[in-house]
Amino acid sequence: MSSQRTLIHGFILGAFCLGFGMLLVMTNGFTKDDIALRAIEDRQNSLAQVIPESIHDNNLATDTLTLKNDQGNEVVAYLAIKEGKVTGVAFETSSPGYSGAIKVMLGLDPEGKILGARVLAHKETPGLGDKIEVKKGDWILRFTGLSIGNPPLEKWKVKKDGGQFDQFAGATITPRAVVRAITEGMQFFAANKTKIMEFKSSQVKTTETEAGKAPAQEKTK
Amino acid sequence: MTTMAEYRTIAREGIWTNNGVLSMMLGLCPAMAMTNSATNGLGMGLATAFVMTGSAMLVSIFRTRFSQEVRIPVFVLIIATMVTVVDMCMNAWMHEMYKVLGLFIPLIVVNCLPFARIEMFASKKPILPSLADGFFVGVGFTLALTVIGAVREISGSGTLFADASLLLGSAFKFLEMRVLPPDTGILMMILPPGAFLATGLLLVGKRMIDERSSKAIPVSAAHCAP
Repeated sequence: MSSQRTLIHGFILGAFCLGFGMLLVMTNGFTKDDIALRAIEDRQNSLAQVIPESIHDNNLATDTLTLKNDQGNEVVAYLAIKEGKVTGVAFETSSPGYSGAIKVMLGLDPEGKILGARVLAHKETPGLGDKIEVKKGDWILRFTGLSIGNPPLEKWKVKKDGGQFDQFAGATITPRAVVRAITEGMQFFAANKTKIMEFKSSQVKTTETEAGKAPAQEKTK
Repeated sequence: MTTMAEYRTIAREGIWTNNGVLSMMLGLCPAMAMTNSATNGLGMGLATAFVMTGSAMLVSIFRTRFSQEVRIPVFVLIIATMVTVVDMCMNAWMHEMYKVLGLFIPLIVVNCLPFARIEMFASKKPILPSLADGFFVGVGFTLALTVIGAVREISGSGTLFADASLLLGSAFKFLEMRVLPPDTGILMMILPPGAFLATGLLLVGKRMIDERSSKAIPVSAAHCAP
């Protein structure tokens, strides 16, 4: 008797799970296209801030190249291409800040000069560390146009550590982490430069394949 | 049939007498974590209110269909479904606000306020009163969060309803104001300790008003654990 009751309860619960599961499937169906669209818009927005529109004629969000960094993690590089030539690259780089990783989107030109840098996500103290956001201050903008060599590598530090970048009053760890993330990003670019420069856009690739340059296909892997 | 007077009681209890945060002391986790600005408090409150209304209605519809033994899993299922629906809809159609609140929306599942109202009210009452109860307790929760957020935002960053147009649309730009000059706020108020301070002070305020306005009526006995 009691096992029969248990079975009934099981069926009731199962029926509810099935019903509400269906509701979720339906909602997912209604929203999934819009959610995917928003994700692409987000990525395009953050890419547009670090790669000027004038230097590319392709879709940054779709011409991507997956590389491995020193820690063995995968880094997705978004490539700016104009008339078949790589004119810039953007990728995410991160470094541990005061609380949690600070993620920076870094855009570089083929010489390794910074086209733009923006903090994508961070959990730094509001009012102290959040001046790294472009919304709260123009600190992050001063990196534009710099590269390793200008200033020299040993100057890529905050002033407190003997470098040339300002820290904030009450927050040194945060700007230090951003400077390190950007420096590491540029070194990562230097290490992968050949791979990045050899990249051929998917649209360009088809025409080149027709012209007999089949191996280009292999390099996107 | 529920009369107008009973609905008025439901509304008064939900918004003031039994206010989710300031009387029942439930749902304190989002009430503290999400209220570093009035806009965030409002957004979190509205999402919770929507989940509460929807789940109260669903539970009330199915209240005769499930037995006592499985009611808790069914409640969890219903609330979790509502939360997931809200999460997906916000991600798709209110994306700017989702970027701020997105991390906290799934936490509505473990907010004990919807759960408590369902167990105490919606699982025993017909659909319309349950809907009203879920709605008004949700409104009370929203008001409490907005007020806590406003207190913290004014004292912490000197603004009020900053970025409200992201949540409510550009028509509500007029809500955004600067109360104090920049860089004069007490930073601590928008950090976690400020949440405890603001909530505590508002609790004191509400108790004082209650005491003054109703010397005859004893203070509500609903002091549940959070």
